[in-house]
Amino acid sequence: MNKADPYAGERLLESPFHPRQAPLNLREAWSAWNGYRFAECYYDAEYEYFCVRNACATYDISPMQKYIISGGDSEAMLNRMVTRDVTKLKENRVTYVVWCNDQGRMVDDGTIFKLASDRFMLTCGSSCVAWLKMSAFGFADVSCEDVSDKIAALSFQGPTTCAVLKRMGLDGIETAKPYDIRHFPFGRGPLMVSRTGFTGDLGYELWIDPALALELWDRLYAIGADYGIQPYGEAATNMARLEAGFIMPGMEFNEALKTVHLEHDHTPFELNLGWLVDFNKPHFNGRSALLAEKQRGPKYVLTRLDIEGNKPAEHSWLYGNKRCTKEIGYVTSAMWSPAAKANIALAMIRSEHLKGEIWAFIDYAKELRQYSKIARCTVKDKPFWAPGRARATPPADF
Amino acid sequence: MTQLGHYDSIIIGAGHNGLVCAAYLARAGQRVLLLEASDSVGGLASSREFHPGFKAPVAHSVNHFSKSIAVELGLKAHGLVIDVGSVPCVGLSPEGKHVFLNGAELRGVSDDEREAYARYSRQLQRFARALEPFWLKTIPRIGPNKLGDMLTFGHMGLNLRRLGKADLREFLRVFSLPMRDLMDENFDSDILKSLLSWDGLIGSKMAPRSPNNAVLTLLYRMVGTTMSGGVGALVSALEAAATAAGAEIRTDARVQRIRVSGSASGLRATGVELGNGEVFEADWVVSSADPQTTFLSLIGVENLEIDFTNRIKRLRCKGYVAKLHLALNSSPTFGGIEDSGGRMIIAPDLDSIEFAFDDAKYGRWSEHPVMEITLPSVHDASLAPPDQHVLSAHVMFVPYDLQGGWNEATRDALSERIIDTIERYAPGIRQTVVGRELLTPADLEHAFGVTGGHWHHTEMALDQMLMMRPTYEAAQYATPIPGLYLCGAGCHPGGDLTGAPGHNAAHEILK
Ligand SMILES: Cc1cc2nc3c(=O)[nH]c(=O)nc-3n(C[C@H](O)[C@H](O)[C@H](O)COP(=O)(O)OP(=O)(O)OC[C@H]3O[C@@H](n4cnc5c(N)ncnc54)[C@H](O)[C@@H]3O)c2cc1C
Repeated sequence: MNKADPYAGERLLESPFHPRQAPLNLREAWSAWNGYRFAECYYDAEYEYFCVRNACATYDISPMQKYIISGGDSEAMLNRMVTRDVTKLKENRVTYVVWCNDQGRMVDDGTIFKLASDRFMLTCGSSCVAWLKMSAFGFADVSCEDVSDKIAALSFQGPTTCAVLKRMGLDGIETAKPYDIRHFPFGRGPLMVSRTGFTGDLGYELWIDPALALELWDRLYAIGADYGIQPYGEAATNMARLEAGFIMPGMEFNEALKTVHLEHDHTPFELNLGWLVDFNKPHFNGRSALLAEKQRGPKYVLTRLDIEGNKPAEHSWLYGNKRCTKEIGYVTSAMWSPAAKANIALAMIRSEHLKGEIWAFIDYAKELRQYSKIARCTVKDKPFWAPGRARATPPADF
Repeated sequence: MTQLGHYDSIIIGAGHNGLVCAAYLARAGQRVLLLEASDSVGGLASSREFHPGFKAPVAHSVNHFSKSIAVELGLKAHGLVIDVGSVPCVGLSPEGKHVFLNGAELRGVSDDEREAYARYSRQLQRFARALEPFWLKTIPRIGPNKLGDMLTFGHMGLNLRRLGKADLREFLRVFSLPMRDLMDENFDSDILKSLLSWDGLIGSKMAPRSPNNAVLTLLYRMVGTTMSGGVGALVSALEAAATAAGAEIRTDARVQRIRVSGSASGLRATGVELGNGEVFEADWVVSSADPQTTFLSLIGVENLEIDFTNRIKRLRCKGYVAKLHLALNSSPTFGGIEDSGGRMIIAPDLDSIEFAFDDAKYGRWSEHPVMEITLPSVHDASLAPPDQHVLSAHVMFVPYDLQGGWNEATRDALSERIIDTIERYAPGIRQTVVGRELLTPADLEHAFGVTGGHWHHTEMALDQMLMMRPTYEAAQYATPIPGLYLCGAGCHPGGDLTGAPGHNAAHEILK
């Protein structure tokens, strides 16, 4: 035991960017992610959100789990694990994937980076070591290395990000299309940049040796100063991702390996991620269960709702009638969306009720008094927020 | 309908279960091809030459082959005499106070003990008969069941209920009891206890004090029929029955890969590929290779679900029985034994079995090996030159992974130790040994293509029995890959020469 600190083993770890982020965390609003101290917000969540939408901002994704899957069988191994066809992924491209257990229930979602024909990086929100080990068993030539602590990563999001990276000397970054990966020399080592993110906006993710993390931060903030750069935390991320319609573990879905009760987990079809399930692929984990579900139709479907009024419908029950006697689902995430200027929500609704009326029973508080209201909901087919600049290549310069 | 080179069913492995399955399928009119890796049929029951002029089968006695299978396949017409009475069994005593058991007849113990045995064996017989129908049935999966499945469950319940309240309560009490408790409750004689425990333990990783399925295994082995001519005669009759029904058998034909093709509806087994590149196509591919071999090397994990694969990986497949074959230039004499045509058990008391197990558990072989001996050449003269003999010993609790590894020296040391032990009961036998072969579980794996060299292909234990054998989703002979079935000892009801897995698999395929 460490004499100086008897709780040493219990304390949260600090990310490679911590020395720069800590002084900026004016509110000392820390939470934790995968054992790392991690900012809930730095100053004000809404302010940070607006920086993401109007300028540029950094979000420390170092605590994200990262695995290098390599070897001659790495593609086959991943291809059997995830529902998408990995063989179609080109080198230096990223793809969003989900993976399921044998019953077609979602274990987790994440991204696969194809670094070489026999080398991939898989990232996900929480540890996946055990499932990777189970998935790799039986493949002769594959190794899975947990590189979570060996790679520092910053998500850099917002309309001015490309301009900043260009000024930093990342030649040709403006030609990178969404999901492209580029490599640049940086100081004594390489910097990998992917045009990816969790905000639905223009943005990049920067991957670097932890030893070079602070140098990267300093360069970014030196040049970013003129472009409105600001760190943002979990709360702002959550707003941005909800507008973009991205799902969050622990909100929209439970990881199948962590649920106890029957069907408290989800299938990709329930999460409206059917487009990630590629039945042209003759085999992947959970395929037969998913095929059966596709034919039968999912029990619930994750649905985007536009809700009348301005009271966020967090934790609301949904009903098929205004009298609220026919319960048809529940809200998973909700907020007033500044970008869409709408009261938005993601909700799980029993499929057979999608076509009918949808009413939310909203509880809210005003100066310590509880109120409730019943608000009409409209199903939105398109994302609440999908600006053209998120996909434009080259992105606008500033 | 069937183009050339296309079969209705291809069966991988011509062990006795592959032969039984082939015979049933061919009799139902299927075009069947049986592919066997080695140069002869029979699998663990095939007789191989281990010394010039001397042959022996690994499985050395047939004492509970399914009678209905023997009858249905007309094995009589192929030279087999069934129901030849029980196989005599002797518990050898170092002091010469042997215990002789032949069916209901027990000698060498006190009158009290004989009475206790009569009571004990009558009750066990009732249990064994109540369970008997289910060894020849598919045990339904747990989950949404069809009517037939419900009937099987109902039948099971009814059979147990029919035992009557007293027997049923007693059955539920004893079925998972350690052998030792059952023996201590009923008997005093150490030799008798070892003798009666033997069939609950042999082949499993189970010592007298292990609670699990020893009693069930014993009950499993109390039904079925015996036959004349030994293991060789059974294999020949099965081969003849399969061929007569039209099945084609190819030896020296190792399947390298089960071919799987994919379509919008998923994967399907479509045939097999041999080591030499030859391809055969079929509507059904039926594997009698053990489950790990079938799934992990013939199908390949890329075609399987992840949890399922890991359940196959977890199957306990390490064998704990070694085989010693001795070529003897004369008829051996065991002190105090007149009829050496039966099984002889060397295990002076239950502790001797327990301690041998403890050694094996930690990767050693016992200095005091316990074993079952037979002289297969007594029933099958073709196994040895005239007036000479083969001694076959199943040595219990020899580890697959020996500490430090198996090599010539460790094999020799164990062989010597076994021969010394036998010498105590058959003085002078050592001088008559002209050749010998020791097959450790690792050797059995190598020679017979059975993972771990396991007697039952994979452990027979409560977690790997019935609708969990080898694991759920492959326990009704069908597997997660449409068109692929299992038919070997790794399926319900399990190993031994019973023919049941082969029969049950054929029944499922023909449904
Ligand atoms: C040491 C020992 C002693 C035993 N003694 C007895 C006994 O006295 N009495 C008794 O009733 N039971 C005994 N058993 C158990 C019994 O032998 C087995 O449970 C039984 O033989 C299993 O039969 P099977 O047909 O299912 O499999 P196996 O007999 O194992 O046959 C499987 C066949 O498949 C073939 N094969 C495997 N892979 C391939 C491939 N890729 N391509 C083509 N062919 C392949 C193998 O060569 C083999 O011929 C003993 C077992 C052992 C290990």
